Amino acid sequence: MSTAPAPVLPSAGRTPPVRRRRLDTATLAAAAVVGVFVLLALFGPLLAPHDPNAVDPLGVNAGSSAGHLLGTDDTGRDILSRILCGARASMAAPALVVLVSTAAGTALALCAAWFGGWTDRLVSGALDVVFGFPGLIMAVLAAAVFGPGLAAPVIALSIAYLPLVTRVVRAAALKERSLPYVSALGLLGASTPRIWLRHLLPNLAPLILVQATIGFGYALLDVAAVSFIGLGSQPPAPEWGLMVSNGAPGILTGQPQQSLYAGLMIVVLVIAVNLLGSGLSRRLPGGAA
Amino acid sequence: MSAAAPLLDIRGLRIDLPTGAGSATAVHRVDLALAAGEAAALVGESGSGKSLTARSVLRLLPPGAEVHGELRFAGESVPGMSRTRLREFRAGEVAMVFQDPRAHINPARSVGDFLVEGLTAARGVPVREARRRVEAVLQEVGIPDAERRMRQRPGELSGGLLQRVMIAAALAAEPKLLLADEPTTALDVTTQEEVMAIVTEAREARGLAMLFITHDLELAAAVCDRVVVMYAGSTVEELPSGALHHGAAHPYTRALLASRPSVGDTASGLRAIAGRPLSGFEVPAGCSFAPRCPRARDACRTDTPLLRAAGTGTSACHYPHITEEAEQRA
Amino acid sequence: MLEVRNLRKTFGDFVAVDDVAFRLEVGGSLAVVGESGSGKTTTARMIAGLEQPTAGSIAVAGKERGPGRPRGAGRRARAREIQMVFQDPYSSLDRRQRVRDAVAEAVRLHRPLRGPALAARVDELLDLVGVDERQAGSLPRALSGGQRQRVAIARALAAEPQVLILDEAVAALDVSIQAQILNLLAHIRTTTGTTLLFITHDLGVVPHICDEVLVMRSGQVVESGPVPSVLREPQHDYTRRLVASVPKPGWKPRRRAQPPAA
Repeated sequence: MSTAPAPVLPSAGRTPPVRRRRLDTATLAAAAVVGVFVLLALFGPLLAPHDPNAVDPLGVNAGSSAGHLLGTDDTGRDILSRILCGARASMAAPALVVLVSTAAGTALALCAAWFGGWTDRLVSGALDVVFGFPGLIMAVLAAAVFGPGLAAPVIALSIAYLPLVTRVVRAAALKERSLPYVSALGLLGASTPRIWLRHLLPNLAPLILVQATIGFGYALLDVAAVSFIGLGSQPPAPEWGLMVSNGAPGILTGQPQQSLYAGLMIVVLVIAVNLLGSGLSRRLPGGAA
Repeated sequence: MSAAAPLLDIRGLRIDLPTGAGSATAVHRVDLALAAGEAAALVGESGSGKSLTARSVLRLLPPGAEVHGELRFAGESVPGMSRTRLREFRAGEVAMVFQDPRAHINPARSVGDFLVEGLTAARGVPVREARRRVEAVLQEVGIPDAERRMRQRPGELSGGLLQRVMIAAALAAEPKLLLADEPTTALDVTTQEEVMAIVTEAREARGLAMLFITHDLELAAAVCDRVVVMYAGSTVEELPSGALHHGAAHPYTRALLASRPSVGDTASGLRAIAGRPLSGFEVPAGCSFAPRCPRARDACRTDTPLLRAAGTGTSACHYPHITEEAEQRA
Repeated sequence: MLEVRNLRKTFGDFVAVDDVAFRLEVGGSLAVVGESGSGKTTTARMIAGLEQPTAGSIAVAGKERGPGRPRGAGRRARAREIQMVFQDPYSSLDRRQRVRDAVAEAVRLHRPLRGPALAARVDELLDLVGVDERQAGSLPRALSGGQRQRVAIARALAAEPQVLILDEAVAALDVSIQAQILNLLAHIRTTTGTTLLFITHDLGVVPHICDEVLVMRSGQVVESGPVPSVLREPQHDYTRRLVASVPKPGWKPRRRAQPPAA
């Protein structure tokens, strides 16, 4: 009404011909940073100037120098080489968590949305139970029960991340399923797998990608945390979470370089991934402008 | 038009909307004058700019929109109003009713709160007096059990009832002009008749002027004194409602009339207009209707026609259709 | 061609459709007219098989349509009985699929065509509905509402259905486009002999493509018969009211009844 002058866009008139929204600078920068990290994971060991596990009893806790750009750790290993060689291990575990939870979550979400009824109630109920257990605690618990190493935490985190993916994808799949084009395909006699693979999944893919990107940031932190408390990657493996933990005593004695650089890698990657995720989600239909 | 200054006077209105790169013109040229107590309909298809034109009267345009030309209410320039004056203007002089009432009312608060607050907050009416007025106006719009309805929330009311509530809210403010933007498009046809009857009665009782936005020529002619037809962001024809069927001179108006199916028709083909309605953003040089017009000649594709007298009204057409009957009347 | 008997649908305690029955002859065209809450769309969805009837039966060409979704060949055979065009042209097409591909997909479900033969059949369908070469290569978002509705009609016709249901198929379109689509449907009816079931709230569009009309209110049929007699001499009070509410030359809105309870 006139008394409540809400600035609303014209409803009947067409919107002006806006070109497809481009990604903003921050998102592009974030994508570039993530790209660099992916390259590190692939080629890190080739770039490493030293053997990451070569100890040098005479050069422990050294600062930056021409020979050791980022200095050495408490056993004289080259920190730069360890960071480069550790990239793959540090990123592979969270990537695996995201891959497994996204694939399984998407499948569950599609089943729940498509079949509805008791399938939906079963899936949603089970996920509500899983949602009650924080991922990190489950990962730590799994490592404690099945012994140290990344396998148990990765499985535990994959399960713990299921509800996040499934809920979002289920809601979107329900909405997509209710669109008349899906009904029309059913009436035309298209098979259910055809409708899922050719129509539902491609339309949900951008959303699933965004969810996976955001999930990767969380998984990276959780895996690093498990390694930090000594239950994940085991020494002498070069893994960033473990390196932060190894270097912790050095922080008190004025040699923070190992924790600092490894921690920096984690922080930069998490921020970049989150920026990328939120940037991409803005491009989704119905995303914030 | 009467000799006195019109209540609403729009001359050469142009509206530019911001786009990704710069801006684009959505409304090209609207000329329209409305006397006190008079009702005019702004008729057009999607993209014609009819809603934007109505919204520009209340300055309810999207951020970044630019308004050119003259837009005066009772002689006062609307674009020139200060913030304080604009608030006063919106609260008391012009009221608007929208197509989708649910988008314009807080679903968590009762209908009574919404109606009473409209008077107390914006116009400083004492609460007791506001309640009395709201109840009276609810009776007037055909809601007899006003007390019960005022306790209900918007979600408990049907679309037709909620639209009556919105009309009540508009009337309670005692405006001089009612802007009705497709108020019955989302309603059933029987409900539409009720709602339009209510609006017409209330208008006549109060001498309230109305600018009625619609896509339905028949409805427009039935509830308004004059019909103004818009196409692709410009007014293309204006004529008295009574002359619509026999006196329409613009080919677009005539084509719209011919393409509207009606209950009395026999099972013959409709005379459809080829192509689709253009929006203001995509108008070509010359007459915007020329690409779809069966009467278009070379001049139509190069020179933009302006509104001028034709038959019983005015028409923006180089080769208007003038029937003998219309000439006799004129 | 289409026979519906004692069709009923309840949602909990609410009766959406109550004992609807009608027969539609081969090549016939029936309008189901009603306002919101009349049950007209639920009736259409039950006939199409998108909604399970609580009771009643639906037969196409004398063949009963059973419950559930059949598999494989049975599903495609059923698709050739009934197709449907929906109200909202904006979500009736897969937004990621080009128009030509959408129609080709529908054709291939029903005819074992490939390569040039497939392309020829797709062109034939797009031609029939008046979609040009450039539009055929576009994504739905590049098309206007009327063009999308044409594509949806072409896609439905790809199954060569015996009955085509149009659920408010022109309601969301501009007046000038409505006329185009109504003319197109009349043309399709004469050239293909498809039986039409036209669901609408708008009495005005009925005479143009329907011979018979059935008026529904609150889930029940209140009146039915040939279009000219029902529209000119409506027998039921509600039909009379409905006809009288449609704006026409010389019409003035009048208050007729107390508002409905809500």
